Amino acid sequence: MDQKKLRGRAWVFEDNVDTDLIYHNKYLAETDPKKMPQFAFEYYPGKEKFAKEVKPGDFVVAGRNFGCGSSREHAVYCLKEGGVPVVLAESFARIYYRNAINNGYPVLFVKGLSQGIKDGKIVDGDELEVDLATGTITNLTQKTSFHGDAVADLENEIMTAGGLIPYLKAQVAQ
Amino acid sequence: MKHTLPSAILASRSQTPVREGEICAVRVDFAFANDITAPPAIRAFREMGAQGVFDPGRCAILPDHFTPNKDMAAAQQAKEARDFAREQGLRYWEVGRVGVEHAFLPEQGLILPGDVVVGADSHTCTGGALGAFATGLGSTDLAAAWALGETWFLVPPTLRVTVEGRPSPWVGGKDVVLALLERLGVQGARYKALEFSGEAFAHLTLDDRFTVANMAVECGAKAGVFVPDAPILAYAEARKARPFHPIYPDEGASYEAVVEIDAGSLEPLVAAPPSPAAVRPAKTFADVTVDQVFIGSCTNGRLRDLELAAGLLKGRRVADSVRCVVIPASYEVFKEALRRGYIATFVEAGAVVSTPSCGPCLGGHLGILAAGERCLATSNRNFTGRMGHPESEVYLAGPLVAAATALTGRITDPREV
Repeated sequence: MDQKKLRGRAWVFEDNVDTDLIYHNKYLAETDPKKMPQFAFEYYPGKEKFAKEVKPGDFVVAGRNFGCGSSREHAVYCLKEGGVPVVLAESFARIYYRNAINNGYPVLFVKGLSQGIKDGKIVDGDELEVDLATGTITNLTQKTSFHGDAVADLENEIMTAGGLIPYLKAQVAQ
Repeated sequence: MKHTLPSAILASRSQTPVREGEICAVRVDFAFANDITAPPAIRAFREMGAQGVFDPGRCAILPDHFTPNKDMAAAQQAKEARDFAREQGLRYWEVGRVGVEHAFLPEQGLILPGDVVVGADSHTCTGGALGAFATGLGSTDLAAAWALGETWFLVPPTLRVTVEGRPSPWVGGKDVVLALLERLGVQGARYKALEFSGEAFAHLTLDDRFTVANMAVECGAKAGVFVPDAPILAYAEARKARPFHPIYPDEGASYEAVVEIDAGSLEPLVAAPPSPAAVRPAKTFADVTVDQVFIGSCTNGRLRDLELAAGLLKGRRVADSVRCVVIPASYEVFKEALRRGYIATFVEAGAVVSTPSCGPCLGGHLGILAAGERCLATSNRNFTGRMGHPESEVYLAGPLVAAATALTGRITDPREV
């Protein structure tokens, strides 16, 4: 399979998922990103078992304004280190978006996803195929599809370098 | 090209022309982190191979979140932050002399009109009250700003927020910003900047403006910047740690939209959990009882807030069923409140008064909620589990509603007491 085509199950969230729900404040003293996935979505109603049951390759799918609230990068690490290859959302809160890019963590802006979730066109457990090159998201279970826009310009340069740290290292080396 | 205030500030710090919707690299005037966000920033800084910060006088770490160290993990984080601050010679203030970062830094004259300020904390937007483009970033971004003295921004479109009218004595900055949240919702200003102006602010204190700018991020905004006027310039001039040059919007600049708020028609407001935009008049929550009242935070822990709360609590007692926690946002606020007798008023009323800290706002310490408990807080977020157990609830309001609620044990419009 093409490396840019990913397959996995959907974990579906609503609009305005805040950083306290993604990664609760009581674990902010944890500093090792590898230990953060065990706390992901611990208190999200109906998703309390996310951390235990998520499989590498599963997708986080959400509506508008994903990651609103605090600037904590834990909310990116807990998904990235947990094996979620990309977050699909109609839109992202700006600090979350920057944090994702800076950590080389792909996000896709998916038109109509908020309404699609409300209409049940993507539900928990649906099998998705995500083509990161074209932005096409195919819901293999429901035979529906969505289109997402990958990041462009400077953000894409930072992302493809693997994040802000390798990007800046490369710049310094030049 | 005509610039709105946020764009004009970015343009003043960029070597290339700045256009809305395009990315620009800007020089930063000040860059800071706190005890939680500093340790990951320090690691990123080292991984980048950076040796020194771009200018130690323009970089800071403030131990304010989990301090005085609440447990061993917090102590470790605070130590890592302190050691780095010493190594780099950057600005650092110890517990006992510091305050909640967004209250303390303006007092020190380190956030000034026309500045570009970045902080590894989402409420960095508070600095917009002084006419600075101030915005929150993650720790990795902040590390890069420490190393390079610059960062990149997508130049946002601007929403112009005009607040006119004379607010009643029962209405303050918190009611203004809650009214704005009611209008815009939690993502109405996502990726946008807000530019604040209007006659109503002439009738309110500078502390009220800090409250308004503080919650710009709750609408999703990148920054919420006030157009400099006499009170802003007088405050900055009296405190400046370095020279500054105020920046103003260009006449005829183009705004994505104008949001008009009539402060004269506002009444005391409350935001119900779990959204800061679920706003209704305080009087409509009269049947909601509370276990705790929290007066403090980077939103409403300043002198004006304590003055208003003390005014209502003076000579009265906090309801038996309520724990009332008061946390001055900085030592300057604490000392002045002590001198004016507000602290004595709180203690005599049966409230807890704590040393400056973010405290319970983000579920840190000094007033965490149990399952099923409810708090009326003057802070900025009421997300699920924000102040403790996921089955606890936080209602947001200004200091007058908070003090009135502490007296009655249920959410109370201050005009009732």
